[in-house]
Amino acid sequence: MKLTGAQMVWESLVREGVTTVFGISGGAVIHLYHALPEYPIHHVLMRHEQAAAHAADGYARATGRVGVCMATSGPGATNLVTGLATAYMDSSPVVAITGQVATPLIGTDAFQEVDITGITLPITKHNYLVTDIHELPTVIREAFYIARTGRPGPVLIDIARDVQAAQAEYVYPEEVYLPGYQIPQEDCQSHVQEMARLINEAQRPVIIAGHGVILAGAEDALLSLAEKAQIPVVTTLLGISSLPETHPLCLGMAGMHGEAYANLALCEADLIVALGSRFDDRLTGPAKHFAPQARIIHVDIDAAEIEKNVRADLAIVGDLRDILPALISLVEERDHTDWLSRIREWRKESAERDILAQELDELFPQYVIRQIWHATQGNITVVSDVGQNQMWEAQYFIHHRRRGLISSGGLGTMGFALPAAIGVQMALPHEQVWVTAGDGGFQMNIQELATVVQEKLPLKIAILNNGYLGMVRQWQQFFFEGRYSGTPLLGPDFARVAEAYGIPGLTVRERSEVMPAIERALATDGPFLMDFRIVQEENVYPMVAPGSSIQQMIRRPLHSKR
Amino acid sequence: MTHTRHTLIALMEDKPGVLNRVSSLFRRRNYNIESLSVGHSETPGISRMTVVVNGDDRVVQQVVKQLSKLINVTHVQDVSNRPTVVRELALIKVRASHGTRSEIMELANVFRAKIVDVGATSLTIEITGTETKVNSLVRLLQPFGIEEMARTGRVAMVRDGASDEGPGTETPF
Repeated sequence: MKLTGAQMVWESLVREGVTTVFGISGGAVIHLYHALPEYPIHHVLMRHEQAAAHAADGYARATGRVGVCMATSGPGATNLVTGLATAYMDSSPVVAITGQVATPLIGTDAFQEVDITGITLPITKHNYLVTDIHELPTVIREAFYIARTGRPGPVLIDIARDVQAAQAEYVYPEEVYLPGYQIPQEDCQSHVQEMARLINEAQRPVIIAGHGVILAGAEDALLSLAEKAQIPVVTTLLGISSLPETHPLCLGMAGMHGEAYANLALCEADLIVALGSRFDDRLTGPAKHFAPQARIIHVDIDAAEIEKNVRADLAIVGDLRDILPALISLVEERDHTDWLSRIREWRKESAERDILAQELDELFPQYVIRQIWHATQGNITVVSDVGQNQMWEAQYFIHHRRRGLISSGGLGTMGFALPAAIGVQMALPHEQVWVTAGDGGFQMNIQELATVVQEKLPLKIAILNNGYLGMVRQWQQFFFEGRYSGTPLLGPDFARVAEAYGIPGLTVRERSEVMPAIERALATDGPFLMDFRIVQEENVYPMVAPGSSIQQMIRRPLHSKR
Repeated sequence: MTHTRHTLIALMEDKPGVLNRVSSLFRRRNYNIESLSVGHSETPGISRMTVVVNGDDRVVQQVVKQLSKLINVTHVQDVSNRPTVVRELALIKVRASHGTRSEIMELANVFRAKIVDVGATSLTIEITGTETKVNSLVRLLQPFGIEEMARTGRVAMVRDGASDEGPGTETPF
């Protein structure tokens, strides 16, 4: 079968099972877009390439399938960078296809030429520049294989314009030959035995469940392990939903803004079992003060994560899907009554301090989030943005659905939520998808409201609007003499902006208006936007000050609303 | 933790941009590289790189693991604790006058170095050996005035019969 390079791309995508591509056309991908209508692939025209990358990322996180985005050369390609870095930091399988200037022009600073493979080298799992049409099918096959296997990650394919136009015989390779790419498949039986021994001996064990549990699809195994040995589980931000937060053994998120009892459990533990977590500094605080009493077992599919940030007394490199079932059969049943009751005491203390336990009349963000949970019973997928709003969502929404929270963790990319939610909703057309964002982050990709309307996506959007870049303001309040430099933020009337795009919107100023607004959103068939004008200087508690051990938390002052 | 120099041997596919991938990795992860030398290996299409990296064991382990993660890198080995043949080549242009020429040539002789160019005011010496040997010659030549020097950095090869096991760490996957 003789095909053009452009046809080869789409033909290969179809063979990889791709049905949706997020992108923006341009001069260097014009051949690709010319061939597109011949193939059963839905192209979602985004309003910014960054958003295309986030949408592909959201699509991937919601499903575990590879998300695909597309952009032209030069500025189109550089606009992908933030989205690719986001996907890279959070191990999300994305394939990005960019156009490059024609082969004879490469290196001449031609119009819209940029060295995108050079630029994305440190933020992709791998990348390719294709200047020979005969390599194209193999490259695409490899790119998808690399993106979704092992520790997933983004792969970029940069295709010269003349390659897209050229013609050649098309053969899609059945197998990939990548001698330098091996997915760990070592026999870890002896390690698993040792791991079980440590778990059976432990008096105060804690599991840290990271994103890896979800990426491996090992949620059931995690639940069985925790229940059999009665081990409490803390999660990382991206590990949220690996164990339902409704489960009594789930202590929720730990780390800088983790619940106090989750952090205390880590500090008092005598054994930490880290599953698919890379011990990010937002989780551990200074590594040398982390979990001082604990032996640490670290299980990860990426060997380079072992001993990178935190020492490991026992390390297993492998797939949690293989390791956990083998482990569960070796782990003995325990009840850990004393340990769990200590944690319950800490939990009680936290509940008393909780803002929701206090008499409130003002509009607090925590209340908004909790009401969204009440109204939906948690049966939605939340895509959160970055900053205070992200932490409030993580703390006050009770996540019980698998892959029920999608958020930018490692890179902390403001502007992620709306475009990522577009990807999530495209992947899950029958699910209810909510965006929670701050007024700052929402303005960073607000243009995607047009894409929401164009694709008729019924996204529900909740903006927690405090007129600040709130997380930075909080840091300024605590650590920089309250000098609010560069943080007060002017925003538009979001409801009217939404209306201008064709999305009904509502401004909510009173606590009593919260539930009616949410109910109206739920009763609306299409998209709906709520602009919650929350208490402006509310902080995220608890907070571990940067540089402090996670034991030393700034707690919400008692007897005070702030 | 001990701060030591480690010699790593890496084999990689000879594809455009591979050297860039490796050097970009060192820069990004803030690894302290002392020398890096790359050329063809015995297998067509496979390049061989010798890297001398400075750091404690944990850092060097990380270098090995991160290098192994590069898709085009097929094999990484820390040979520091194994019997190896280690060589470096240097070209040294030394100022030489009528009065000093024979003394320099004698020094070169002692080091079994070769004079590869004789000019009116200088001599160019080629020396092969361990870094220590090269360093010694450099030190002795310095008083004469070294005008130019080019060193290849270390290349290394495990000796025949040296076991494949041992503390030298093979990549873990």
